[in-house]
Amino acid sequence: MSEAFYAITLIWGLVFIYAVMATIDFGAGFWSMIYLNRNNTKATNIANRYLSPSWEVTNVFIVAIVVALFSFFPGATFTLGTVLLIPGSLIILLLALRSAFLVFSHSASENYKRILTLISGITGFLIPALLICVLPITHGGYIQTTNGVERLLLSELFTSPSVYAFMAFAISSTLFLSSLLLSDYSNVSADQEAYQTYRRDAILVGPISLAMAGLLVLTIRNEAPWLYEELMDYVPWLTGSIVTFAIGYLALFIPRKTGIGIPRLAMISVVTQYLLASYAYGSAHLPYIVYPNVTIETGFTDPATFRALIVTYIVAFFILTPGFIYFWRLFLKDKRYLKQNES
Amino acid sequence: MDELVIARSLFGMTMGVHIIYATLGVGIPLMVLVAELMYQKTKDKDYALMANRWTKGFAVLLGVAIPTGTIAGVQLSLLWPGFMEVVGRVIALPFQIEIYAFFLEALFMSIYVYAADRLSPLMRIVSVTLVAFGASASAILITNVHAFEGTPAGFEIVDGKFVNVDPWEAFFNPSFIVTAGHVTVSALMTGAFVIASIAAYKMIRQRGNTREYKFHHKALMMGLVIGGIFSVLTALNGHESAQQLYQYQPEKLAAAEGLFETQSYAPLAIGGYTDKEEREVKWAIEVPWALSFLSDDAFDTEVLGLEEWPEEEWPPLFVHTLFNAMVGIGSLLMLLSIVGFTWYKLLKRREFPRWLMWTFIAAGPLAITAIEFGWIFACTGRQPWIIYHVMKTEEAVTTSGNIGLLFVLFLIVYIILMISTVLVLRYYFNRNPISEELH
Repeated sequence: MSEAFYAITLIWGLVFIYAVMATIDFGAGFWSMIYLNRNNTKATNIANRYLSPSWEVTNVFIVAIVVALFSFFPGATFTLGTVLLIPGSLIILLLALRSAFLVFSHSASENYKRILTLISGITGFLIPALLICVLPITHGGYIQTTNGVERLLLSELFTSPSVYAFMAFAISSTLFLSSLLLSDYSNVSADQEAYQTYRRDAILVGPISLAMAGLLVLTIRNEAPWLYEELMDYVPWLTGSIVTFAIGYLALFIPRKTGIGIPRLAMISVVTQYLLASYAYGSAHLPYIVYPNVTIETGFTDPATFRALIVTYIVAFFILTPGFIYFWRLFLKDKRYLKQNES
Repeated sequence: MDELVIARSLFGMTMGVHIIYATLGVGIPLMVLVAELMYQKTKDKDYALMANRWTKGFAVLLGVAIPTGTIAGVQLSLLWPGFMEVVGRVIALPFQIEIYAFFLEALFMSIYVYAADRLSPLMRIVSVTLVAFGASASAILITNVHAFEGTPAGFEIVDGKFVNVDPWEAFFNPSFIVTAGHVTVSALMTGAFVIASIAAYKMIRQRGNTREYKFHHKALMMGLVIGGIFSVLTALNGHESAQQLYQYQPEKLAAAEGLFETQSYAPLAIGGYTDKEEREVKWAIEVPWALSFLSDDAFDTEVLGLEEWPEEEWPPLFVHTLFNAMVGIGSLLMLLSIVGFTWYKLLKRREFPRWLMWTFIAAGPLAITAIEFGWIFACTGRQPWIIYHVMKTEEAVTTSGNIGLLFVLFLIVYIILMISTVLVLRYYFNRNPISEELH
């Protein structure tokens, strides 16, 4: 195993953590917009209670990914930075608006809150749709190199069915994962009404997200045969992913003493589903970061820098872990926070 | 060339906006911490209230500081891919460690704001200390990269490739400690003066010895004392920074002082503007020998003039004005806190005269202006280099094009963010007036 392989595994881990945290974050914003107009205040409050303390921490992960990428793979940064100028700028603009207005809504009046919730709801599905475009861009075919200058072919990108399959997958996954987490969260908060609402949403969106995943694989077959071929070596992982989806989905129908469904089990299985699928995708993608120009070996950083970075990761892990645990206990476990009546 | 100017303007705009929020993000937590400590020591509820209200304001500011910081971080790779490729190889450490500081800040900020009612007094202080520590550490680490751009170290260039990389030598590059110190103490100074400004403004609107007046008076004195301490530290450190320019980036010092001719017993030009054609600083007050003495503690020190370098390697000459404005404001602020402190503590006067109140009100905005001037001076003074004598800015810029459109988009978003910040802060503090919370 080469150093570059460890580095890309670390980045994959960061991307996975961000993807899960961010989909929940974005989805929560979306749901709180949907339920704003339906007098379903409990569901909105649950979404907001989860969002308020978590978005800042989630936001750090995206910077962490960018930093890890240019630190470990400066060669890839050059290509990615060049071609992602437009989509990347749009993403950070929307992120900035969203994050700022999330904070503002905490201090603003009820009249403003509607507009602010609207902003966080709309950006809640636009951002994941844009973010996922980075993946098809790395599959090749959308970057033109003339006289050594790389350029993103925007019109080709946005006329490709593959890109829309990715977007549909991102949006449906966002809604699925977030409704699952929120159903679990409202269940822990003993809020049956909100629980039923989010459980119903999860039941509705779940199959759509799986269908979109299937569609996505089909478009990869057409547009990036190299990736499809590699992906077929990981069929067991993909099958496992479908099985864990089934377990998670069925868990929503298991009867209990106090109601129906075991949302915690559903949540864990579905995260496992995405973990298995993204492992398969990530492995199939290797050794390319951007096909066919940049591999993990050609883009790799200086070995001395790599070793220094790893040392800081290890030190930081021990320093930050207690902080994360404390955070988790205060906001995701503490009954006093979960059961409060006002948001 | 045009694209370069637009790219620099775009990134400069991002930093110009971010730096306001980031500076206050470093400065205000210290004020909150001091207020918390004062409360634990004196048991005067006013201090607890100050800490509480400043935290509310701080949370709103952080709500913009974090996304604009995110923009800055991502924009670096998008606009300067050539530069970030070198950064990734050589000077990745500070960025990476900054992420950890950022996590610390975000975690404990959320804890301090959203779990405040469930925290013990000790955990409140621990949380806010970690927020302050995280914010300062972020500032120091990002400044580390800025210092590296001015005094690069820790690598060799063979055939255009960066080899023999020593990431820790790059990290502890010659100007790191002094530059990071300058950014930190000036941010702490600015946070304090902004608090003093607000307090003075509230006092002037309601004279007399009301309960509210006393509250703001305590806040004003706290701002002046802490602002005073850190303005002195900023000045001492600023002197150190200038000596480092003399040592490591002489053309930047020459441009800052408008010195064209290499000379010993060099004079210090205060004010005026640099005339490129006639190669002199016009309308300036010249202090004989002073520049030589300031540069290396001896009057016969030879200070290099701009003529030593080809004209295309000169920094823009307007940096002289920025440099003067920064130093001028810094000195004024130092004087202001000394006057305020003397008036109240030594002369034992209960009330400040109106003109003095108005200068207190100006202190915060002035401090922020000085920070902006300082950053523009530091970054344009390094031009045409993005890494001093290693890489030119034009070599690092993106080849993508379309930056003009992005400039407009970002400008619109920044305007929205800045206006909303003001509206939200006004709305919140108008709806939760101090008079209600005092009872």
